[in-house]
This record gives sequence, structure tokens and C-alpha cells, in this order.
Amino acid sequence: MPVIAVLVFALGDSGDIWTHLVETSLFGYVETTLWLMLGVGVSVFVTGVSTAWVVTMCRFPGRKVFEWLLLLPLAIPAYVIAYAYTDFLEFAGPVQQFLRGAFGWESMQDYWFPNIRSLGGAIMMMGLVLYPYVYLLARSAFLEQSVNVLEASRTLGRGPWRTFSTVSLPAARPAIAVGVSLALMETLNDYGTVDFFAVYTMTAGLVDVWLGMGSLAGGAQIATTMLVFVVLLIMLERMSRRHQKLYQQATSRYKPLPAYRLSGIKAVAVVMVCALPVLVGFLIPVLVLGRLTFIYFDRSWTPDFQLYVFNSVSLSAAAAVIALAIALFVAYSRRLHGGKILALATRVATLGYAVPGAVLAVGILVPFAAFDNTVDALLRKYLGISSGLLLSGTVAAVLFAYVVRFLAIAMGQVESSLEKVSPSMDMAARTLGYRPGQTLVRYHLPLIRGGMLTAAMIVFVDCMKELPATLLLRPFNFDTLATHVYEFASDEMLGEASLGSLTIVGVGLIPVVLLSRMISRTR
Amino acid sequence: MSTDDLLTAPRPLLEVRNISCNYELERAVFDLSLTVNRGEQVCLLGPSGCGKTTALRAIAGFHPVLTGGIFINDQQVSAVGAMVPPEARRVGMVFQDHALFPHLSVRQNLASGLRLLSAHDQKTAVGDMLDRMGLSGHAEKYPHELSGGQQQRVALARALAPKPLLLLMDEPFSNLDQELREHMGQEVSDMLKENDITCVMVTHDQNDAFALGDQVGVMADGAIIQWDTPYNLYHQPRTRFVADFIGNGIFLPGTVSAPTRVATALGDLQSDTDLEMDADAPIEVLIRPDDVVHDPDGPIRATVRRRAFKGAEIMYTLRTAAGITLLALFPSHANFEIGDEVSVRLAVDHLVVFERESEA
Repeated sequence: MPVIAVLVFALGDSGDIWTHLVETSLFGYVETTLWLMLGVGVSVFVTGVSTAWVVTMCRFPGRKVFEWLLLLPLAIPAYVIAYAYTDFLEFAGPVQQFLRGAFGWESMQDYWFPNIRSLGGAIMMMGLVLYPYVYLLARSAFLEQSVNVLEASRTLGRGPWRTFSTVSLPAARPAIAVGVSLALMETLNDYGTVDFFAVYTMTAGLVDVWLGMGSLAGGAQIATTMLVFVVLLIMLERMSRRHQKLYQQATSRYKPLPAYRLSGIKAVAVVMVCALPVLVGFLIPVLVLGRLTFIYFDRSWTPDFQLYVFNSVSLSAAAAVIALAIALFVAYSRRLHGGKILALATRVATLGYAVPGAVLAVGILVPFAAFDNTVDALLRKYLGISSGLLLSGTVAAVLFAYVVRFLAIAMGQVESSLEKVSPSMDMAARTLGYRPGQTLVRYHLPLIRGGMLTAAMIVFVDCMKELPATLLLRPFNFDTLATHVYEFASDEMLGEASLGSLTIVGVGLIPVVLLSRMISRTR
Repeated sequence: MSTDDLLTAPRPLLEVRNISCNYELERAVFDLSLTVNRGEQVCLLGPSGCGKTTALRAIAGFHPVLTGGIFINDQQVSAVGAMVPPEARRVGMVFQDHALFPHLSVRQNLASGLRLLSAHDQKTAVGDMLDRMGLSGHAEKYPHELSGGQQQRVALARALAPKPLLLLMDEPFSNLDQELREHMGQEVSDMLKENDITCVMVTHDQNDAFALGDQVGVMADGAIIQWDTPYNLYHQPRTRFVADFIGNGIFLPGTVSAPTRVATALGDLQSDTDLEMDADAPIEVLIRPDDVVHDPDGPIRATVRRRAFKGAEIMYTLRTAAGITLLALFPSHANFEIGDEVSVRLAVDHLVVFERESEA
């Protein structure tokens, strides 16, 4: 629905803004976005695939630990790592201080140091925290590859490298494509990093046009342009998923993968490959934030801060519960009736995750505002009172955005756990005298409890991290942790923002830990 | 006739009358009828996709019928546009994957169909069932701690605990390995007979069907092609499809030379009944491997092309000089190597004859 609203509204008259946009900045936005996506795409591909392959196919000291350590950067939102590195690498930051001390430089004129607040910096930041998507999917694709196929390749005279490039990699291609498209969706969604680094992507442009120029219609038009990107990404993802099913015939028997044992120089090199993303993508930023938090603790631990935490937690928890309830309802009615319309509705409903938060915000605000205005007008006309804003600019709008955006996650989790419950289980319960509702409560819920918890957890954490939609839809003077961090960072008060950032990272670790536990259980 | 006779006289417990069902928008069951008497065990046997499982699901109440109706115990449970839900039909069901509730112990699994009984009755019923199925030692275990055969027993016990009118089984043995499968087939068959349980099973495995079914319906394309005893299905298949699907054998071309005689390249064959076919009609005779007997003085000489050792017996593929291929089942001590010449004769009493299919 929000998507339709964006389209309808974009067709409407926005005055000169559109012409103005086309003439001035739109192409710039599109170009920057393309460069950003290209850069992030390459970066996550290289990091994700190489680490995944090394971890699944080689045996070296610390492999088990790296298997889940490599997931950690997933816990950090891109804007938080951007804040951390800005502090770390700035003129007064530890790195430059150290360099100055070591080489005796005194001022900026003495040396050249790359500016992190640039397109390249944004690519690096996002690549660092988004590669785990590729890593995760590539890893499971490598794991699921039939050992026999790999061994067949070896017996046919291909060495380990050629086996990788001619057999493993092509077979894992669909999974990798899914991972990359997920990472790119996140890239498109990002607002905090690009805003902070002054990289004018379409998301940045959208927020700018809306909040800066006050033109919702102009925002909607940028949103439409972004939707083209979104549709392309969704198509890429769906297509790859279809291929994935063809490529991965899961072998019923698990055989230990043929491990390449590494030692000496090779082992050291591999450990470096694995350690680098973890170090740069997680350890350093967390240490930086930790140090800042420690220094600024008294200034940031305020009643206001506690209120933000409360806002974030309650809003996210509510969104998680609602999303889960809807997901359960839809998934279960699909299981019972399995109609085509219901299947279509599910697919439409789950598109939300691909729509960037900023676009979603536009899409929600337009109809909500229309509704408010209509109600208001009607009340004024007949009762002479004003209803004010009922939906737009309220917490309800934010909540709605969260649910729309993250419903897909809940749905995916609930559906896949329900799928694991054999349909004959339903029939068994029915023939034993239980009605469908009783079957759900007595037999399905206990069986899918784990999956549901995971789903709720992930939705919860994603809501905590969500920035653009919250920023655009929140009521006046209402802050969550994410917006609080963003606002302080925008004012260059990184120290005060660090406690909030660290909290978000801490919460973000929960699903990562869940994920890694799930992974270690698969094999 | 006394009252006792009336009670014990076979009376249909399940009647399926001319039902048709769709499966995913395609016709899966077409005008299917069958009758099962109280205490009788029947099987629907057919290749995958023949509609047997859809038919079973219709009987259980999971699938609507588009024509006809289903009656259990003289009560209509399925009609066009209306059906009694499965939980109100008093049918028990055993599934291919057993569908044991993994979060419940064996005892709780058995009790799950008994929630309307008092706690005490429930306990007695579950205890009885555990004893009867030899599961007493496993009552507190969880399904994943059981072997395949034990899981099978629990599934059966759970289905039988509520004393259903009718037991339905969907490929119940296909998850078991070969040896266990035969064993369980016998065990379940004995159990059902002893307790007089009416049962419909579907399977694609003829050995399962023969082990359990008093009557077996061979299905293809949504319809029952032949409804008969296992013996008759093997020895008197009424269509080429049934002859092909059940057991091994070859089709030997020939012509009808007299009302009870057939001329083939391997000599004349005498039938014990009138073939009821036109003279000179082109036909094919079904020759089972056990119809080909090893006989040093036999009139047919053939070369061994292939042999499959089966323990007590050996299945040979033979080829005559004229190029006719035969399957022959010899006792194991008639041991030949590939390329050996053997003499055989055909020992066929009842001829199974089909009109010859035009070569495609």
C-alpha cells in the first residue's frame, strides 16, 4: 500500500521542484547511488566469498571461532561504524596522532591523509558491516554443496583452486547473488552514513527535499526513482533464489567436507584474511565507542537517554509482537487453505523489506496525512472542531512503518519453521480429534516456538536500528536511540552519541549470537 | 438367521461411491468406488501420481469430493460441497513419516487422541495400548529416541488408541528398511486381524499391499483398474497395465489358433479356459518368470544374457536363437553363467492373454 501511495503521489503535481531536481541534483543522486552500490557490491562480494570459502573448506587454527566471529559486524549499523571511524581517523584521533608522533609531522600541511567522510569512506563503512550477508549465504551454499561433486572434480584432475573457481563458486553463485542483493538493499536504505559523510545518494536527497525543502511530492518522486532500483534488486534476488533451489540439491547424508589442511605461511595468511574484517568491522569500532562512552559517560547517561531507550525498546517490542502476530495468522491460514490469492498477498506483504525506510516513510505519510486531513475537514464542517493529526506524526505511523518494513523477516521465519512441521502432523492431530485452532495451539506453537522467538528477536533489533523511517515519521520531540545518536552525531558530538551507539550494537549482538548458534547446530 | 449371524454378517463399514477429486486443479481421482466390510483390510496400490493418496485423504476428510459421496458406518461424511471434518469422523491415520509429535513422550503421544476420557480411563487405555504394541518399556521416551520400527508401532498405537471405526494408512512402511519392512508388514497384518480392525492402506509397494490386503485395488490415472485378491492380481491380471505393474514377466506374441489354444514362436500353449477371442487374433501371452521351468529335455533352447542372484533363487534373462527374451526364475542350484546354453519349457496352465498392442 505505501508503495502505491508513493506512485500515485509522485504522479501528482509537485510544481517546479521536479524540474528543478532534474535540472540540478537528481542525476547526481542517481550517479552517486550507483557508485555507492557498485562499490559496496564489490566489497561485500570479495570479503564475503573469500572468508566463507576459507572457513568452510580449509582447516586452520581458530577456524571454529572465526566461523561466528565473522558474523559480528552484522550487529553494527552502518551509521554507527561511520561515527566510530570518523572519530578514530580524524585529525585529533588516535591514528593521526600516532602518525604525527612517529614521523614528527606537525600540521595538516605536512602529510596527506585520506578523508573518511567521502564516497570511498561510505563504501568502506558499508562494505565492512554488510559483508556478513554474503558470508552467511555463501557459507551455507558451500556447506550444502555435495561433497561428491567436489571430490568428483578433484578426481577429474582439477586442483583445489580450479575446483573452487569452476565448481564451488559457480554452484554457489545464486546464493551469493542473494547475499549481495540483500546488502545492496541495505545500502539503498542507509541514511545515517551517507548523511554524515555528505554523500548525496537518493536516500539523502529524498530526506533533504522533504525536510529541507518541505516538499513531500518532490520526495515522493525521488522515492519513485528509488523504487526502480528496488524492483531491480528484488528481481535479482527472486531470480537467484529460484536458481538456488536448482543448484542445491541437499544431500541427505552429511559427510565432513574435504578439508584443506593449512599450516605455516598459508595458515597465517588465512587467519589474517579472516581476522581483518572482524578487527576492522567490529573490534576497532567497538573499542573506539567504548573509549568514548567511558569518557563521556556522565554527560550521556541522562534521564533523557533513559527515555530514549524506553521509547526504542517499547516501540520495537510492540512492532515485533504485531509483526509476529500478523505473520503467524497469514502463514497459518496459508497452511490451512493454501489459496493463490493468499500466496500473492504474502508475497506483496513481504516486499516491504526491500523498500528503503525513507521511501516507506513517504508512502505512509501520504495516505495517513490524507486520512487526517479528511477526518479533520469533516469534523470541522459538521461539528466545528478540529481533530488535528490522528495518524501522521504519531507513534502509530512509526509503528506501522516498522511492521511493514520488517514483516517479511517475521513471515520468513514463521513460515520456514512451520514448513519444517510435516503436513501429516496436522492431519494426525485432526484425525485424533482436534480442530484447526486447537491444532495450532497444542501442536504447532510448541514446535515452532524457537523460530518464533528468533523472528521476534530479529524484528526487535532491526526496529532498534532503523533510522530513516523513524527520523521522518516520528512525532515532534520524540526520540528513539537511533534518532538520538543520529542527532548528536549530526551536531558533531560523537562523544555524547557513543553510549547510544554502543547500546544499539549491544542489542544488535543478540540476533547475531542467535544466528551463530543456529549455524553451529546445522553441522 | 439368528441375531448373531446378522451381527457378524459382512456389512460395509466404508462405502465410497463414484467420487472424483482434484489435486492442485487437476483431476486426481475419477469416479472411484469401493466398499470395505467391517474387519476387512484393503489396499490401494499404484504408481506415484495415480491418485491413491488423494483418495485416502478424501476418506479421511482432508479433501473435498467433486462428485459422489463417502459413507462411514452408514453415515454420509462427504458429499459434494459438504463434509464432516476429519476430527469428527472417527478415523485413525498412520502416516508415511509417522508424524509423531516430537515434543511429546510416547505416552503423551498415545494420550493425545484420548482427551475426552477421564484421566483414569486415559491412563488405562494408554497402558493397554502400550502393552499390546510391546512398547511398555518406552513409554517415557521421546520419538527421536526410538528406532524406526518402534516409531511405526507408536504411530499405529496412537491411531488405534481412540478406537477409530476405520484405520487409514498412507505408505506406512516406506520409511523402514527392507528387512524391517517385511517384518512390520506381517506384524501389523496379524495385529489388525486379531483385533478385527477395518483398514484402508495406500502404497506403491506390491509386497506391502500383498502382506496386508485381503483385497487390493490397483489404481492408475485416478481409477481402480482391478479390485481383487493378491493371488488373482498376480495370476489373473485383467489388463496389461496390471500385468506389467505387478510382478515380473514378459509378453510373448502369438495368435489364437483355437478357442483354448495359442500359437507362439515357442510352441503352442494350451489354456484351461476358453479365451473368448477370435481365431487368428494377434495376441500376447503373459509369461511369468515362474512359468519358465528349467528342464534339460525342454524344447526351448536359450542363452543366458543376465543373471541376478537372489539367494534361494536366481532370476535369469534368457534369449532364444530367434531373439525372444524370457525371464526365468530357477532354484539357486541351477547355476549358470552368462553365455551358457540352457533348455527350458513353459509350464503355463492358465493363459493370461491380451490383444497385441500395435507397435508404436
